[in-house]
Amino acid sequence: MDYIYLAIVFPLLGLLVNGFFGRRMTRRAVGTIASLAILGSFAVSLVAFFDYLDAGEAARSIILLPWISLPPLEISYGFLVDGLSLVMALAVSLVSFLIHVYSTGYMADDDGYPRYFAYLNLFVAMMLTLVLADNLVLMFVGWEGVGLCSYLLIGFWYKRAAPSVAGLKAFVVNRIGDFAFLIGVFLVFWLYGTFRFTELRQSVETVALAGHLPITLIALFLFGGAIGKSAQFPLYVWLPDAMEGPTPVSALIHAATMVTAGVYMVSRMSFLYSMTEVAMLVVACVGAFTAIFAASIALVQNDIKRVLAYSTVSQLGYMFLAAGLGAYWIAIFHLFTHAFFKALLFLASGSVIHGVRGEMDMRKMGGLAKYMPHTYWHFLIGAMSISGIPLLAGFFSKDQILFAAFTSRPGIWPHAGMVLWVVGVVTALFTAFYMFRQIYLVFLTKPRFDTDEIHPHEAPASMIVPNWFLAVGSVFAGYIGLPALFAGILSLPNVFQPFVSGALAGAGHVAEAAHGAQELIKEVLTTSISVVVALVGLGLAFYLYQVRYGVTEKLKKAFAAPYRVLLNKYYVDEFYNATFVQPGRVMCEQLSRAVDLGIIDGIVNAVAFVIGALGQILRPIQTGFVRNYAWYIGGGAVLLVILLWLGLGAK
Amino acid sequence: MESIVTYSLVLSAVLFTMGVLAVLVRRNPLIMFMGIELMLNAANLAFIAFARHLDKLDGQVIALIFMAVAAAEVAIGLAIIVSIYRFRRDVDVDAVNSLRG
Repeated sequence: MDYIYLAIVFPLLGLLVNGFFGRRMTRRAVGTIASLAILGSFAVSLVAFFDYLDAGEAARSIILLPWISLPPLEISYGFLVDGLSLVMALAVSLVSFLIHVYSTGYMADDDGYPRYFAYLNLFVAMMLTLVLADNLVLMFVGWEGVGLCSYLLIGFWYKRAAPSVAGLKAFVVNRIGDFAFLIGVFLVFWLYGTFRFTELRQSVETVALAGHLPITLIALFLFGGAIGKSAQFPLYVWLPDAMEGPTPVSALIHAATMVTAGVYMVSRMSFLYSMTEVAMLVVACVGAFTAIFAASIALVQNDIKRVLAYSTVSQLGYMFLAAGLGAYWIAIFHLFTHAFFKALLFLASGSVIHGVRGEMDMRKMGGLAKYMPHTYWHFLIGAMSISGIPLLAGFFSKDQILFAAFTSRPGIWPHAGMVLWVVGVVTALFTAFYMFRQIYLVFLTKPRFDTDEIHPHEAPASMIVPNWFLAVGSVFAGYIGLPALFAGILSLPNVFQPFVSGALAGAGHVAEAAHGAQELIKEVLTTSISVVVALVGLGLAFYLYQVRYGVTEKLKKAFAAPYRVLLNKYYVDEFYNATFVQPGRVMCEQLSRAVDLGIIDGIVNAVAFVIGALGQILRPIQTGFVRNYAWYIGGGAVLLVILLWLGLGAK
Repeated sequence: MESIVTYSLVLSAVLFTMGVLAVLVRRNPLIMFMGIELMLNAANLAFIAFARHLDKLDGQVIALIFMAVAAAEVAIGLAIIVSIYRFRRDVDVDAVNSLRG
């Protein structure tokens, strides 16, 4: 498996070729090279996957090159190949490949075509670095690298103001989280003297420090980084704005891969998190709160991509909820299925936007199903999957999260499981409602745009075909990790859990080993509730937006105050603006006036003034007459001779 | 022997003073130029006189090098004077003061 680094090399080569020569090549060549590079990464991951199975699923740490060697500090370009990193590498490269292909169609008319694919390839290289790294520092390189690509791609249309500002916001908000992450990394080294996951795991598990304050601190600081990268409350604000970037970017970076880095990191460090119940509960609560908070905002948004953005924030909340309960494999499983259906939803929304000439306001859509039947099916499959309609991928993964919440009894707050479960169920209701609200507003009901003016059309084949692959994934990805109940009925064993669990810590306080009759009853109960909730959400959307079309206007007036709060996203952006951004700006302005203009510029100006004044004194000497200069020379020579003569005479 | 060196040095000093005066007093650049040449050759004369007095060749070698340098200097100096003349139609040294500080 030593060749695993090739998965990173291929996209980097793609970046170099497209970055340097892209402008001189045809668009077809640029798109093909970029897509092939990612296909290469996928092939490498696939070969590594089979080798891993052949090798009896033994985790391997491959050191490619030394990087920093300052004993006792040893950091290398090392890659860790185990179930967890392979699942991530496969999902990342596969979804990236499909999105690259889609992009060749979506970006076909854009001026920045080569630049776009160069960035996209760099992103994949960085994401694979993040998931394959065998130490925290190399992981941080990938972590920052994907952040950089996110910034570059959000602000891809840099000539317009909004994307530039959104890119900057994403970068700055992420920096806050990354700072916490860095502190966590430093604390890890301070406490354990190593950055490598395998060594770290050994030290953590052999030195019994469970519940020890430093471990809790490390876990919380690292989680701070995850909050920023994975857009959790209170640092989620950048993700909805990130929708200013091209839609495939939203699908790839801001839905399927990069934003899941936090979940991956928490799972990778699960051996550490499992030692501290406090941090675990914080993770779970932040996740659950973010899930319901973002879902409630998504209920009333009108921008087609913004709904999906809040939906992403909400689903990431689910993943952290699962991770915080100790059900790491379920978090990764939901991450895996979410990558398919959320990428599908975004790409389908991209097809919609493409088909109606850039319109993003759902109030100006409607009835598009008959114009774009493929896209309608894609969106419908994605929506059903995310809403938890039975037997689709999202149903199985979300159901297990809710089941894990229902059965967990965290030691420090035994009722937390039940509370989190209720929050999760309400979020599921919201999810089903806002997804089908979107289906009705966009594809069904009657058109609310000028049919003479706009002629919606189906997307080209390069955009439809990748979506069908994702649609297949959104339906069937769940069948590799079925819950016990369905695994029994369908006699399909859960292969996902044993595959990734080697890299994860023990199950924590989630009862999953014992699948006795009582557990089965609980599972039937929670599953039925999930199904009912999903159908209620669907039905509510059907009732409000189809049966009694137009009733929502009356509801808006009846509940004006809560509606306005939700529409304005709880005024969080305004709150941040007033508490952090504006004071920061005022402080910077004051500092720039006092320190920069006063002191720094003052010193420079003073030096320049002194030199100028000296020049004024010496200026009259320079008459410009050659003869005067000759006089100076001659006079000087005579003076020298006299001085010498006097000097000699004195001796 | 002593007297030849003394006479040579006196002649050298006289020539040098004449050169300095030419440079400082005259306004025609060509005459000033001749003054410079005069100063250089006065120095050459002194070198050669000392070379003979000390019975060493160093002074004569220096004098040869000076001649080469003086030739190059003449070429450059004349070129500058010609271009100043072309530019201003006038070579009065007192009128050329555009480098005044």
